[in-house]
Amino acid sequence: MEQFAQQLLNGLFLGSIYALIALGYTMVYGVLRFINFAHGDVFMLGAFSGLYLNRWLGPMMAGLHWSISLTVIMLLSMAICAALGILIEFLAYRPLRNRPRLNVLITAIGVSLLIEYTGQHPAVFGATQQSFPALIPANNIALTSNLAVTNTQMIVFVTVIMLLVALRYIVMKTRMGLAMRALSLNPTASALMGVNNSVVISFTFGLGSALAAAGGILYASLYPSVEPFMGIIPGLKAFIAAVLGGIGNIPGAALGGLIIGVTETLVGGYSSVVGLPTGYKDGVAFVILILILLFKPSGLLGKTEREKV
Amino acid sequence: MKRYQAQFALLAALLISFAVSQFSGRMNDYYLDIVLTAGISVILAVSLNLVNGHTGQFSLGHAGFMAVGAYGAAIVSIELGPQLQRIFGSGEAGVGISFFIALLIGGICAALCGWIVGVPSLRLRGDYLAIVTLGFNEIIRVILQNTKPDGVFGGALGLGGIPATTSIFWAFGAAAVCIYVVSSMINSTWGRGFLAVRDDEIAAGSMGINTTRYKVTAFVVGAFFAGVGGGLYAHQKGAINPEGFNFLKSVDVVVMVILGGMGSTVGVILAAIVLTVLNEYLRDFEQYRMIIFSLLLIIMMIARPQGLLPATLFQKKGRAA
Repeated sequence: MEQFAQQLLNGLFLGSIYALIALGYTMVYGVLRFINFAHGDVFMLGAFSGLYLNRWLGPMMAGLHWSISLTVIMLLSMAICAALGILIEFLAYRPLRNRPRLNVLITAIGVSLLIEYTGQHPAVFGATQQSFPALIPANNIALTSNLAVTNTQMIVFVTVIMLLVALRYIVMKTRMGLAMRALSLNPTASALMGVNNSVVISFTFGLGSALAAAGGILYASLYPSVEPFMGIIPGLKAFIAAVLGGIGNIPGAALGGLIIGVTETLVGGYSSVVGLPTGYKDGVAFVILILILLFKPSGLLGKTEREKV
Repeated sequence: MKRYQAQFALLAALLISFAVSQFSGRMNDYYLDIVLTAGISVILAVSLNLVNGHTGQFSLGHAGFMAVGAYGAAIVSIELGPQLQRIFGSGEAGVGISFFIALLIGGICAALCGWIVGVPSLRLRGDYLAIVTLGFNEIIRVILQNTKPDGVFGGALGLGGIPATTSIFWAFGAAAVCIYVVSSMINSTWGRGFLAVRDDEIAAGSMGINTTRYKVTAFVVGAFFAGVGGGLYAHQKGAINPEGFNFLKSVDVVVMVILGGMGSTVGVILAAIVLTVLNEYLRDFEQYRMIIFSLLLIIMMIARPQGLLPATLFQKKGRAA
């Protein structure tokens, strides 16, 4: 029983990171109706900027408490990735606005490959795995005699909650959030009402990319090794989480992320019981995707959209 | 005569590839390998073009279907090869028939997987197919890697000792059949359904076309030929491993289709051949190859989405295709 509770907790922590990445997919889908394939790579860039920022700024911040240096590094890499996200949108997606969706999708795949392979070049990050510095000091917190969480897991969870609250505030209470919601309801009408759609789209990309960057740093703190292709699989799972929750739906993405994280960890923990290799746990999310597309393509919290011609 | 033009062209292509195949023994092994790879690339690109070009869907998992076909055909050859040759004889004809059966089974396995993946994702509009096929590609690789090393699938090390039966006749014969089937489909009444789905799914649906059925058909046929291509690849190299069918292999085929022009069979065939040869010469620039490819994808989409040799270039006047 306690082992089960432990697996459940581990799943929740992993799932909260998937939730962060899934939010970026879902928000961009909300305003532009397309899947930003390069989102997983922004997640990777977030982890790498955390690595390099720590290398440069670490010595300067040596005297400070780790929580302050973690906050500084995280905010800076969120800003860097937000800028990159806006840049990607401006250079690659904006020229294709109002073109067939297929063309935008292919461009997104191109952007994703470009980031990965540029990153793999020895002059940039290099293809080898690099170990991620321990931004959060390792420390076990025992909950009961057999149940324990690490310091890192706690920080991950708290950070995710804080970011989700901040996001909720931005989307629901600010003028920009209002414009985002208007745009995702009806782009033409929102433009007629004086919303500058381009600015809102840029802002959405920036916001999503900042969340992905935070996700990247947190993920790399849980699994401390980074490489240019690290974004593909978490990105894919986060996308599935977004579909599971109902794509375009913000609470849905968070819920989907948690479900995917928990299921995957449980399957990983118990697959040896039924005699399957643990490698199969990567397939779980995929099976969930097939099932959700078969039975409830609008997702758990999504509304069925009626198509008008 | 004009009525059977396509059939004659197919027959001629088969005969020519058979004739050329008789002289392949005189060819340098290295060049023979490139020529065979080009033939297989043509099969992959033309079959992907049916899905991505003619039907307007987007599959990113061609290498996954190729893997299914390659493993299917290789296992038939390794496990059942001796029995099949006992039935059909071990002469040239017997080996040929056994190989044909192996390829067919590989193709059918891939088509089945295509059906399983295609039905849930093609019912919906939008970009789901891209993600599902990308996921399928990764999953097939992970599953194959996690099989037992001493089992039929060979685990992460893959399968070795596959008879090297693929010759110019088989590679280009299959390519000719693939081109024939795809272009006959496109030029038939049935094929107009594919184009209608691509041009406007809603309009096609309201004209009474069962769009899901057309999309799934195109996808399954595409997967079948990808499987056949995979089978040929396995019997060309003699050894296969899961890593050889990764996402990048799929991207290679996608780049061929996009450069050649989505929906343009001639353009895609040329792009497949040119890129295969270029890949050989760019081996020293491996680090830059994918950077160039990805930039090409982006620039093509912004500047020339119809491809370098679009279908309209080859059209006769007054005929839409």
